[in-house]
Amino acid sequence: MSTFEFKTPVTEEDIRKVHIGDVIYLTGDIVTGRDDVHHRVAISGKEPPVDLTGKAIFHAGPIMKKISAEGEPDKYKVISVGPTTSMRMEKAQAEFLAKTGVKIIIGKGGMGPKTTQGCIDNCAIHTIFPGGCAVVAAEEVVGVEGVEWLDLGMPEAMWKLKAERFGPLIVSIDSYGGNLIENNKIEFNEKREKALEELKGKLNFMD
Amino acid sequence: MTTDLQREQLAKLVASFMSYSAGHLPDDVKLRLTEMSKIENEGFAPDIYNVMQKNMELADSLKRPSCQDTGIPQFFCRVGSKWPYLDIIEDALIDAVKEATAKAPLRPNAVEVFDEKNTGNNIGTHSPWIDWEIVKDSDVLELYFYMAGGGCSLPGFSKVLMPLEGYEGIAKAVFEQMTTYGVNACPPCLVGIGIAGSSEVAAKLSKKALLRQVGSHNPNPKAAEMEKLIEDGLNSIGLGPGGFGGKLSVMGVNIEQASRHPATLAMGMSTACWAHRRAGIRINPDFTYDFFTHKGAAL
Ligand code: SF4
Repeated sequence: MSTFEFKTPVTEEDIRKVHIGDVIYLTGDIVTGRDDVHHRVAISGKEPPVDLTGKAIFHAGPIMKKISAEGEPDKYKVISVGPTTSMRMEKAQAEFLAKTGVKIIIGKGGMGPKTTQGCIDNCAIHTIFPGGCAVVAAEEVVGVEGVEWLDLGMPEAMWKLKAERFGPLIVSIDSYGGNLIENNKIEFNEKREKALEELKGKLNFMD
Repeated sequence: MTTDLQREQLAKLVASFMSYSAGHLPDDVKLRLTEMSKIENEGFAPDIYNVMQKNMELADSLKRPSCQDTGIPQFFCRVGSKWPYLDIIEDALIDAVKEATAKAPLRPNAVEVFDEKNTGNNIGTHSPWIDWEIVKDSDVLELYFYMAGGGCSLPGFSKVLMPLEGYEGIAKAVFEQMTTYGVNACPPCLVGIGIAGSSEVAAKLSKKALLRQVGSHNPNPKAAEMEKLIEDGLNSIGLGPGGFGGKLSVMGVNIEQASRHPATLAMGMSTACWAHRRAGIRINPDFTYDFFTHKGAAL
C-alpha cells in the first residue's frame, strides 16, 4: 500500500502508478455529479458544461449555502459534502468516463464490472472517501468555483469545487482491472455461508 | 383558545432539536463506536475510525450537519392522550422541518414521486413522515426524529416468508442483504428487524427497532438470543468500517415483534448507518423538555 499526492489535471502516468488499496490525496478540480448528471451526459447525450479532462468526478450531493447578498453574483460555500453510493452510477459510469476524460471517480461502496472495464479502457480509477465524513470533506474544499445544471436541484447539480489534499481516497478500482470491494465481497460471501452454517439449529423456536 | 403561540413554540423547539441532532450522534451510538474503534486495530479500519472521529468533532465545533445526507425527515410521535395541544403537532412539525432545512441547513431531499421534482424544502407529500402512537394517561409528547439517509435506507426491505422457512429464513435474508448492500450503508450499521404477520407491520417494526438504544435487548429472552446470534454472525463476516474489512460489521441488532398469522412469517429489515441520527425528546405541556438521547445537550 502506497500513498500518493496528485494534482489536477491528473495524467495517465499518474493513474498507472496506483493500485487497489493505495491512498491518494488530491489537490485541484473536483466536480460533483450523481444520478442526474450521469444520466444527462451518458444517457441523454448532453455535452457536459465543464471541461472535465484530467479532473475528478465526486459522487456527492452536497449541502451548499449561498453567501452572496441579493443582487450580487452568486457565491456559495460548502457546508457538508460526503460521498454517495457509487453503485447507482454503474449503468452510466463507463460511458461517462469515455465522454469526459475524467481520471478519478470519488464515491463510496464499490462499483461493478462495467465501471472496472471503463477504468481499464479510459485509464481511470475509482476511489472511496470514508462515508459519512462530510464535514471533514467540506473542510478540504478551499473554494467553490460555481455551479452548473442547478435546475436539477441542490444535491444533483454539478458543483465545481477546488480542493486541497482531498482525502483519504482509497483506490477501489485501478486501471489494471483490480477491484478491492469486489474482492472483499467474495470474502464476505464465504464468511456469510460459514456464519449461516453456524446458526443452523440455533433458531428453532417452532416446536 | 388560539394556539398560534404554542405552535410557534413547539416548532422552534423541534427545529433546534432537529438541527442539533443533524450534527451530533446520540450518546449510545458514540459509546459503541468508541468501543468498536478499540477493537478494529488492523488494515484500513483505524484510519477510517480516525476520520469518523474527526468528522464528529468538526461537526460539533463548526455546528454543521455531520453528513451531507440529512435524509428524509421522519417523526415518530408517542403522544400522551392528555397532551393539551394535539391539534397543532402536525403543523408545528412541518414548520420545524422548513425552519431546520433553511437554518441548519439540511439538504432538501423531498422528491415528489411522478412529478420527479425536488420540492426544495423537505416538505412534500407525506414528508415529513409522521408516525403516531397514543400513550394513555400521559400528558407528555415523546418525539423521535430520524434522518433516513439514502445509503442506509438501501438495504431495507420486507417480505412474507412461509412459516416453515423459520427464523433461520429471516437470518439468511438479513445476512444476504448485509453482504450485498451493507458496504453502501456506511457500516458499521445498526440492523433493525421486525417480525410479524404481514409485510407492512414487519417493515414498520424494523424501523422502530432502530429507535431502540444500541446495546439494548428485546425483553423476550428468545428474541434477545436471536439478536445476539445474528449480531455475532454478522460480525464474523467482518465488513469493517466502510466495508474495507475488519473484525466487526455492526453496532448491533435490534428485533421488534408483533403476533403473526399461523400461515405467515413476515419480516422487515431497516438499517441505520454509523451516523445514526436518531434523537428523542420528551416535551411537557409547559414546553420544558428532556432531550434524553443526547444527555447534557443545550438547544
Ligand atoms: S449512509 Fe448515512 S453516513 Fe452514509 S452517506 Fe448516507 S446518511 Fe451519510
